[in-house]
Amino acid sequence: MGGYGDVQLLRDDGLRLDGRKLDEMRPVSIEAGILPAADGSAMVTHGLNVAVAAVYGPMEAHPRKIQRQDRAVIDVRYNMAPFSTGDRIRPGYNRRSREISKVTAEALESVVLVERYPRSKIRVEIEILAAEAGTRCAGITAAAVALADAGIPMRDLIVGVASGKVEDTVVLDLDKAEDNYGQADLPVGILPNTGEIAFLQMDGDLSPDEYNLAMEYNFKAAAEIHEIMVDALKRRYEGGEN
Amino acid sequence: MSNGQNGAELRLVTPGMAIGPSAGIRAGSGALAQNDTIIATRLGWVKQLNNTVSVDPINSAYMPRSGDLIVATVAEVRNNLWFMNINGPFQGLLPMSLAPWKVEFGAARQHMGIGDVVLARVQEVDECHNVVLTMKGVGLRRLTQGSLHSIPINHLDRLRGEGNATLQRLRDACDCRIIVGENGKVWVDGDAEGTAWARQAFDLVRNSGHKDTFEADLTALEKNTPKNGDA
Repeated sequence: MGGYGDVQLLRDDGLRLDGRKLDEMRPVSIEAGILPAADGSAMVTHGLNVAVAAVYGPMEAHPRKIQRQDRAVIDVRYNMAPFSTGDRIRPGYNRRSREISKVTAEALESVVLVERYPRSKIRVEIEILAAEAGTRCAGITAAAVALADAGIPMRDLIVGVASGKVEDTVVLDLDKAEDNYGQADLPVGILPNTGEIAFLQMDGDLSPDEYNLAMEYNFKAAAEIHEIMVDALKRRYEGGEN
Repeated sequence: MSNGQNGAELRLVTPGMAIGPSAGIRAGSGALAQNDTIIATRLGWVKQLNNTVSVDPINSAYMPRSGDLIVATVAEVRNNLWFMNINGPFQGLLPMSLAPWKVEFGAARQHMGIGDVVLARVQEVDECHNVVLTMKGVGLRRLTQGSLHSIPINHLDRLRGEGNATLQRLRDACDCRIIVGENGKVWVDGDAEGTAWARQAFDLVRNSGHKDTFEADLTALEKNTPKNGDA
């Protein structure tokens, strides 16, 4: 949230500035297996966001002090490319990318069957090539597809999606203006098949009713994105059945 | 919830996708019984054998088993042992007592350094996933010439073919020595043209190994072997 302002975010006809309905998502497209050197990879285009995820491993965890005797550790590195926004971002790790890496790793750990690979590490690299609000959600979605592409066993394909509040109205999938000048943002990681929530953050204030409506929007969008994820994985391996 | 299996037809499933009801059915590898449903935990093809449903994964990590013949790379050297990269989640351990040479304590580096490639066998895998390798055995040795290639674990059967028939075809076509490790590492030793052709064949296995068109593509590639003078 960039703060409250007098920016008009809803048009007089009730639609949003980019013409979307309140519960309408930006266009999403996903491609799996885009990086030949990675064990699994995916690119997610969500509106103007472009997120690329690469998965390496499972591999021996180094340094050894990070090893867990009963499970694998998931090492996530989320990074925004310097050219991903209009204002150049200083390259390298910062407070924000550290936080997003941590919450993404925790979200992925709840779906990956980490107990299958004790003492090992699964490395997930998320690179945001273009950013327009909602990059952590696009990153989680890309990571889930890349993990599936790498053959890592998982309980479900986790989907990252966000809702929020602008001009006292709950809307799905905030764009940049809505994110900067809106009143609340609610990104979540949803397991569509079981309806579980693996990750939830909230920035700003939502009343219980607004929260419920935002979650309703999120679940609806998660189901749509999940279909696109499954389709991307099937498309990659179509024509095979040996 | 979408179904992974429709009647007797095999289907591609993704993690979390329901394969079918769990009543009377056991969940095999790549599948998990959750409540009353069997779900897939991996991206792959659903296979049902007797009353066990499993998912044949498209990609998977190499899980070492005792007796596997593997091509491993030295990752670390200690005074009396080598840690080997076996292309899996865990490193393999090659103690000097299981090396093919008489190694004095502290002299391990004189025999093999980081990056050296060996043909070894998995001696033992314990319940903590500690992997012990051995180089004592017929044909087990340090590989000093040739090149190293990677093939997805799930395409090894495609590379070998029925009774190693496909592998023998590749060997004959490129006139190279080809050693296929169970860990997805393939060693090729031969002249430059033969190695280049073998590399094309591995790319084909990697990219089209799961497709029905693989056999036809391989036959087409065989027409351009170094022997035919077209490569």
